[in-house]
Amino acid sequence: MGAVYLIALIVAAVAFSAGGILIGKLLNKGSKNPQKGEPYECGIAPIVSPWHQFNVGYYLFALLFLIFDVELIFMYPWATVVKEMGMVALVEIVIFIFILFLGFLYAHKKGALKWM
Amino acid sequence: MFSLKSITDSIQVWLSANLGATGALIAQCVIVILLAIALFAVLGLVLVLMERKVAARMQVRLGPNRVGPWGSMQTAADTLKLIVKEGLTPDGADKFLFNLAPYIVMIVAMLLLAPIAYANNFQIWDINIGVLYVTAVSSLGVIGILMAGWASNNNYSLLGAMRSGAQIVSYELSAGLAILTIVVLTGSLQISEIVQSQADGWWIFKGHIPAIIAFIIFIIAVTAETNRAPFDLAEAESELTAGFHTEYSGMKFALFFLAEYINIFIVCAIGATLFLGGWMPLHIGNWQAFNHIMDYIPSSVWFFGKVFFLIFLIMWFRWTFPRLRVDQLLNLEWKYLLPISLFNLLLVTMIAILGWHF
Repeated sequence: MGAVYLIALIVAAVAFSAGGILIGKLLNKGSKNPQKGEPYECGIAPIVSPWHQFNVGYYLFALLFLIFDVELIFMYPWATVVKEMGMVALVEIVIFIFILFLGFLYAHKKGALKWM
Repeated sequence: MFSLKSITDSIQVWLSANLGATGALIAQCVIVILLAIALFAVLGLVLVLMERKVAARMQVRLGPNRVGPWGSMQTAADTLKLIVKEGLTPDGADKFLFNLAPYIVMIVAMLLLAPIAYANNFQIWDINIGVLYVTAVSSLGVIGILMAGWASNNNYSLLGAMRSGAQIVSYELSAGLAILTIVVLTGSLQISEIVQSQADGWWIFKGHIPAIIAFIIFIIAVTAETNRAPFDLAEAESELTAGFHTEYSGMKFALFFLAEYINIFIVCAIGATLFLGGWMPLHIGNWQAFNHIMDYIPSSVWFFGKVFFLIFLIMWFRWTFPRLRVDQLLNLEWKYLLPISLFNLLLVTMIAILGWHF
């Protein structure tokens, strides 16, 4: 039943944003001139377009994040039953984290964590 | 203990008696919408003013003091100004994504209001996977930021968005691990159960040293996740002018700004719920008389008091620490915080199993 409230909240967010933007549009018609349409570069016309290659470092961190995020998702159900399972849970998670940590050390060794 | 349950229940009974099941549901949705928008507006006004006043205090100046008593209407005046400003879209921009991004950011901020317990029995949706829901939805926010940076067709924006994305996804890990320590201690993901489990003391007091370490890691991680100084490389004014929202103006800029402050409120609310007991008054074990006196302070006062304390802490950071470089930032997360929080999780697991917490 509660999921209805999520739809209500989405509606609230869209109504709030759209209402604000619409009021802004109504109050200020604006005027058009070629300078206004340029990207903001502190007054200088940009030399290169930003839509080309960027530093590969961001990609590496995104990959690493993916590994650990999936690990984190596995840990949520585990965390809720730790107290019932007792020591078995601890041993299992130590093995789990150990394997992942090996991968982390490998990435570290290969220089994936070094910022270029 | 004061409870809003009687009020919400009587509203529920009255609505379903007068409007039928469907009508009552629609009426409740309307109430939720109005409350959420009101909370958004009030929080935006209060937090922006608080930020400026705190900043002024820290730098020994007065801060806004012209509009209204003690400058209290300054943010309202600023909002009015932003509404009448022209909303520009650059010629080279990807128009669709450029206009969509503020909506995404706002929707994410709004959705995060759902599972938070604002007071005793006052919660929009007590979902049984509350904590997981919060981490899942909050990670969607980065999509809006990347969208805004990419669509602007501006070098500053793209760099800001990329930095912000790398930073948010990195620090999400240690924030998630810090949250997990409390889940291990309570054995539940539901916000109401986490709050109830702190009825005989907050986790930061009874969770031993690991809870304190987790709290510190959580505060550092959420400061980075909300792109606040000292982790504000995403919008480092001196190098990137304004980061991912450089090209936004008028109301669209105001929406990004508002969403940023709402996100600060939300992460502080989650921190207060997990570590400082949410709306739970300060209780100490079996001190019945003391606990009873504390119960006379309404639960909403406790909740907002804790949240604003944490918000003040995060604002304090901004004027205390210098900004990090991007490599220092990623080093801090991947070489220090992540291993420490993994180890801390194992430690807290041992303590939970052996029952060493109070």
